[in-house]
Amino acid sequence: MIRRVALSVLAASALFGAGLSGPAFAVQPEERLDDPVLEARAREISRELRCVVCAGEVIDESNADIARDLRLLVRERLVAGDTDQEVRDYVVERYGEYVLMRPPFSPRNILLWAGPFALLLLGGGLAVYFIQRQRGEGSAAAAPLTAEEEAELARIMAENAAATRG
Amino acid sequence: MFVELGHFALIMALAVALLQATVPLWGAHARHPQAMALAGPAANLQLVLVVIAYAALTWSFLVSDFSVKLVYDHSHSAMPFIYKLAGVWGNHEGSMLLWVFILALLGACVANFGGNLPTSLRARVLGVQSLIAFCFLAFLLFTSNPFIRLDPAPFEGRELNPLLQDPGLAFHPPFLYLGYVGFSIAFSFGAAALLEGRVDPAWARWVRPWTLLAWSALTLGIAMGSWWAYYELGWGGFWFWDPSENASLMPWLAGTALLHSAIVVEKRDTLKAWTILLAIAAFSTSLIGTFIIRSGLLTSVHSFANDPGRGVLLLMIWALLTGAAMALFALRAPAMRPGGAFQTVSRETALVLNNILLCVTLFVVMLGTFWPALVEVATGELVSVGPPYFNTVATPFFAALVLLMAVGTLMPWKRADLPVVLGRLKWAAVATLIAGALALWLRDGGPLLAPFAMMLGAWAVFGALADLFGRIKLFRAPPIQSWNRAVNLPRAMWGGTLAHAGLGVAIMGIVGVSLQTQEHVEVLQPGETIDIGRGAIVRLDGSREERIANYEALIADLTLVENGRETPLRPEERLYPVAGTQTTESATIRRGFSDVYAAIGGVRGENGLVIRVWRHPLVYLIWGGAIIMFVGGMVSLSDRRYRVGAPQRQKSRKRAAPDPAPAE
Repeated sequence: MIRRVALSVLAASALFGAGLSGPAFAVQPEERLDDPVLEARAREISRELRCVVCAGEVIDESNADIARDLRLLVRERLVAGDTDQEVRDYVVERYGEYVLMRPPFSPRNILLWAGPFALLLLGGGLAVYFIQRQRGEGSAAAAPLTAEEEAELARIMAENAAATRG
Repeated sequence: MFVELGHFALIMALAVALLQATVPLWGAHARHPQAMALAGPAANLQLVLVVIAYAALTWSFLVSDFSVKLVYDHSHSAMPFIYKLAGVWGNHEGSMLLWVFILALLGACVANFGGNLPTSLRARVLGVQSLIAFCFLAFLLFTSNPFIRLDPAPFEGRELNPLLQDPGLAFHPPFLYLGYVGFSIAFSFGAAALLEGRVDPAWARWVRPWTLLAWSALTLGIAMGSWWAYYELGWGGFWFWDPSENASLMPWLAGTALLHSAIVVEKRDTLKAWTILLAIAAFSTSLIGTFIIRSGLLTSVHSFANDPGRGVLLLMIWALLTGAAMALFALRAPAMRPGGAFQTVSRETALVLNNILLCVTLFVVMLGTFWPALVEVATGELVSVGPPYFNTVATPFFAALVLLMAVGTLMPWKRADLPVVLGRLKWAAVATLIAGALALWLRDGGPLLAPFAMMLGAWAVFGALADLFGRIKLFRAPPIQSWNRAVNLPRAMWGGTLAHAGLGVAIMGIVGVSLQTQEHVEVLQPGETIDIGRGAIVRLDGSREERIANYEALIADLTLVENGRETPLRPEERLYPVAGTQTTESATIRRGFSDVYAAIGGVRGENGLVIRVWRHPLVYLIWGGAIIMFVGGMVSLSDRRYRVGAPQRQKSRKRAAPDPAPAE
């Protein structure tokens, strides 16, 4: 029973976008290329291409039909002699930039790629400024105690004095 | 009856929360003792009311009362007891109730164990805490009421999502929520300090145990989620950079930074404004996480029923709390004067660096998580930011952090001598090189980067040990003296060493799995085998279908044969007919810290199966490291400076004169 259901679930999940992560069928033995070098490149590419109907899965892990089609397409292009970049460009041309799990270094993505490094420089600069400044100031005089704290201090001192005597 | 009682209690809790969020805050402002004194009893009453509501919902799950819509939607009478119990938080409404319960619990803890807090600070902390509780109680009652009835009541429920029917559900969310919500206390302390207009070492000492508790719980919660994903999702991944995982990582990073900068406030009375900012950020990022998971803005593997309406409200709560805190910060922070000055090369500087690197890493996670949404809003285009981005950009910052960690812990306050510090690390460096050579020698596939990355983890471990050995004068003093020093070392010191070493251990596990996993996939007929290397094979003996409890299973009978030693492996594929979903149950065999991991990958013909087998080297070090970190947090939490307060206990401590070396 479950064998038949397994296949129908497979079809259904492809229809409804897999929803929650279902069974991991992912790359199938039959899809593999005979040339191990090409196959390794195909895996590498597949790990960075998104299955467009799934929730955040890459085609290498996904069991959706469209992911399978894409896996086969990637291998087809590789066999036809495309470089890795040509394969990615080919897929992006058909499915849009959405398929790329690694966003390209494009002007639009400059904040995404350079932002963290800019923040590091900014944070480092601010830290240097802060450290230099507080070094110059030296140890600022301690804030004076409030009346409440004076009272509390007097109470604790009295208590301690009593404890020592006793 | 119980259900109505729970519902009523929740409404009462809302009223109490409103009272607690207003009167004590006004009292603290107007110096009105009675108004301030209201905070404690109100916090306790709020807890009692929320507990009644929580117990009522739990009761209806346990007795399968399908007249409650939530129970009907997420439970089934045939489900095992533990999933009925844990099913309470296996859905949006119930998990929000758990949120509110932890919020009230922590509030009551501050009220009952915060006796040594100044009256006005205590009133303000509890007031702010209750303001948060009020927001979430209102959210719960008006948009996500767990107590809605069905009439007529159905005979049977629709069952809990089968993916959630796992022991992981019982442990992962409570710890995670304790972490998220735990940071609310740090937030409340931060806001209260801003209202008070002063931050001092005492403040840092009060806020630290709560931060430690939240951080430890979050560490464990994240690790449990990772382990759950590892064995449940069917191919052995331990981290997916999924939005909801990132949602838990953001407060973890902010909380880690807070934990470290609070030390500087406590010991050196400086970095005050920054620490307050981090206290706000830790909880603010927790709220963002809640928003991410429940709004449906970002698609995620394990989000709850997505509802944009709820999302907008959560965003408003986030904006209100963060906005108010930031406005207060802008008003009050400039008045905070730094206390103890320090030289450029010092422990203080090391901790500032730690904070910068942690915050940049936090920024990477946040930017990558929200980038697709930002681009879509700005241009209407759909783009993705996936694991390759996070791995590429976050790794250098985190690696730098770990590299500097060992150096930083050895630095004294105020002024450090870098050559001396590096000199104390020479044995750690030698040990790290040996570990690297060992990793290179044992390398079985994987890129050449792996042994180097492994050295990073080893460096963290040996660096932490170098610090510890230096403090107890191991090999430099008679063993008995070292032993005495070790016993008398502040627990916080032990905790820090454990946490740092645990991180190193976890890094080794992450490197092992990420860079050295081996995968084998074959179509097997009964009797056929896969060679998985190192003299081991996996044989398919056959497969069978069985009907078990509330699911049907296809079970593959595999045998792992290692040098003639046979061990059974039984991966399953399960079909839950009521829910109509299918799940993968992997089978694993642990060998040392590594795993042989098998899963069914599909059906081929009458008896054939696609079998996937992985070797995951050192995978258990990931969670082992996290557990060490958690233990470190707990040990640090038991430090005597959080327990003292009763003067009579002080006397007996006199003879154990603590080492003047800095504790943390």
